[in-house]
Amino acid sequence: MLANLDPVILARIQFAFTISFHIIFPAFTIGLASWLAVVEWRFLKTGNVVYQEIYRMWVKIFAVTFGMGVVSGVVMSYQFGTNWSVFSDKAGNVLGPLLGYEVLTAFFLEASFLGVMLFGWNRVSRKMHFASTVIVAFGTLLSAFWILSANSWMQTPQGYRVGEYGLFYPTDWLQVIFNPSFPYRFAHMVVAAYLTTAFVVGGIAAYYLWRKRHVGHARVMFGMAMVMAVFVAPLQPIIGDLHGLNTLEHQPAKVAAMEGLWETQRGAPLKLFGWPDQEQEKTKYALEIPKLSSLILTHELEGEVKGLKEWPRDERPPVFWVFWSFRIMVGIGMLMVMTGGIAVVLFFRKKLFDTRWFQVWCMALTPAGFIAVLAGWFVTEIGRQPYIVYGALRTSDTVSPVIGPNIALSLLAFIITYTFVFGAGSYYILRLIGKGPEASEKAYGDHGIKAPPLVTDLGSETGGGKNV
Amino acid sequence: MFSFASFLDLPLIWYGLIMTAMFLYVILDGFDLGVGILFPFAPSDTCRDRMMNSIAPFWDGNETWLILGGGGLFAAFPLAYAIVLPALYIPVILMLLGLVFRGVAFEFRFKATGRSRKIWDVAFHFGSLGAAFMQGMILGGFVQGIEVNGRNFAGNPLDWLSAFSVMTGLALVCGYALLGSTWLIMKTADATQDWARKCAAYVLVLVALFMGLVSLSMPFLNADVKNLWFSLPNFFMLLPMPLMTAGLLVLLWRDLRTRREYRPFFLSLGLFFLNYVGLGISMWPWLVPFEISFRKAAAAPESQSLLLVGTAIMLPLVLTYTGYCYYIFRGKASHETTY
Repeated sequence: MLANLDPVILARIQFAFTISFHIIFPAFTIGLASWLAVVEWRFLKTGNVVYQEIYRMWVKIFAVTFGMGVVSGVVMSYQFGTNWSVFSDKAGNVLGPLLGYEVLTAFFLEASFLGVMLFGWNRVSRKMHFASTVIVAFGTLLSAFWILSANSWMQTPQGYRVGEYGLFYPTDWLQVIFNPSFPYRFAHMVVAAYLTTAFVVGGIAAYYLWRKRHVGHARVMFGMAMVMAVFVAPLQPIIGDLHGLNTLEHQPAKVAAMEGLWETQRGAPLKLFGWPDQEQEKTKYALEIPKLSSLILTHELEGEVKGLKEWPRDERPPVFWVFWSFRIMVGIGMLMVMTGGIAVVLFFRKKLFDTRWFQVWCMALTPAGFIAVLAGWFVTEIGRQPYIVYGALRTSDTVSPVIGPNIALSLLAFIITYTFVFGAGSYYILRLIGKGPEASEKAYGDHGIKAPPLVTDLGSETGGGKNV
Repeated sequence: MFSFASFLDLPLIWYGLIMTAMFLYVILDGFDLGVGILFPFAPSDTCRDRMMNSIAPFWDGNETWLILGGGGLFAAFPLAYAIVLPALYIPVILMLLGLVFRGVAFEFRFKATGRSRKIWDVAFHFGSLGAAFMQGMILGGFVQGIEVNGRNFAGNPLDWLSAFSVMTGLALVCGYALLGSTWLIMKTADATQDWARKCAAYVLVLVALFMGLVSLSMPFLNADVKNLWFSLPNFFMLLPMPLMTAGLLVLLWRDLRTRREYRPFFLSLGLFFLNYVGLGISMWPWLVPFEISFRKAAAAPESQSLLLVGTAIMLPLVLTYTGYCYYIFRGKASHETTY
């Protein structure tokens, strides 16, 4: 049975599985690093220990998340070669330098200064420590810049020519890096990462408030999270809309799949829900709002929207997945905007911090950002199929000459390893959350630290057998 | 479109850069993988905590060199990247999985209590050991040659597996253990240091043995390699290499006996350097041995030029702040959890 496995499908599943796992961690650390920088800045500015204690709780969670991001990221950097070697050969001239820049400008920065951030409390000055946090935060954004540029080029390629052996050659680097979908994708993803973090922080703060634990810390965290929900969450639909219009211009088939629209039509309705059927070429049981799709996409009631039948069957993406992932993403986005709205109302009624049902609401939304980020990536990655470089190179033509059984085994190994490792990671993060912020007896500076812990502590060793 | 191809030998420069990045990876991650290999043999849990703390601030940065090696190869020599990785599919995947286990063990071990801590001790050791062994196998599989057809790997999925690659796997495990133990001599004191010194002595014998074995079997793999080393006048020109290696071995052995703290680590680095150069000479000019040279595998001059600008600016910076981080965490490691 193993011998009949299709290498293309298996390689795609493996890539989808490993990248989906990976993206969860950066989506969290991009926001968390920036937020930690703000928290540390507040601490330096006000001297309020609460900020410091919040920092020290979350930096531990950051460390666990970042560690998992690094190890799952190393896997990604080799997977282009192991599983997509033909793609690597053909697109290497264009994409290689972008990934190279990511490593050189971002990864080293993050990895080196993370060490200072975690272990450097008593070894560097407060200012230097703060600088390290800011540098790590900056590094996460730089990393997002390069990788999203590379991904966007695969979605909306330009600034290249095709040469001998079907290899892509760059003709204009600025066009490659700042390709049409990149600014939108970058803004959309960074804001998504910030919101993901905000709702995690907000959800956990809500839990503390609900349980009446660490109330002082929780109020600060909850307040900061709600600021994000109020001011940043409403930006996301606007950016998303602009991103969608950009997609309509460059990848109209993806938009047709998102809308579940088969026939090209004027005054196209918005299908709220439905069951897209790839075989029968229609969306069954659709619940529609007349003309709304045309209004959103063309900003005119009678605007023309292209349907999937414009493309031959073998150039259509799998509609069902795109259609439903899109709805999940948008639905969560709307819940986030609503959260901001409710927070404003409660704030002016002076009940923001002690409305029980709203605490439960926020707790329920703790994982919302992750789900939305994954759903959004499903939309964009499945929606560009069957192409790996849109319009220029098909996914099925780029797989490595590795036999199906080998990929099946490696996929299985990844599933087992990731489930075990990341299950344990989640468990430790939950435990850190359960413990909550601690009073900072062991904190640096003027809060009673006796000796810098990393310096040789010769007196404490009594021959090695002490802790056995 | 700018390109430096008219006045710079881009493929050669990039060959040098990739080889440098790979070497930095091998020695930097080498010592922390080595600590993982020695981990379960330490005399106490306090020792183990110290060992872990001595590398905790660095491992992440060290591993980044592996990403640079992969990313750099993809950028500068996409054809080599596209042929070598499918050829070495199984050991590469196993290496990555090993690195996953050991990488998370750093964080998890500090968070875990009681019995679950043991799980991460085990994960750290076997992850490190597995990754090191697979890297050695990858090296062996690479050195013995890769079958190519057109622009694709054309051999069998298990081509890399041979007595030679098993030997290079074991050799690299011992080599990393030497780096790890001499690192510990430098970064710890008292009982941990004494134990590390003992380890280093044992491992040094094995390293010498494996270096001899690998060097002797290399010429039998390929006639060109044999000619390179054993024809006149090459033999005499290359003779300083094995002589210097022997010299370093003797010095290292004496340092271990005279209880020097810092020099053994740097002598071990020297040993790695000589072996690496020796290997480089044998493999010249192949990037996919013995099929595709680094010139044929080179990316477009425009691509190599663009990344060269960034590398010229960033690499010195990276080295500077990496050095700065090592400076911040100088001195002996303690066994306490520090954040």
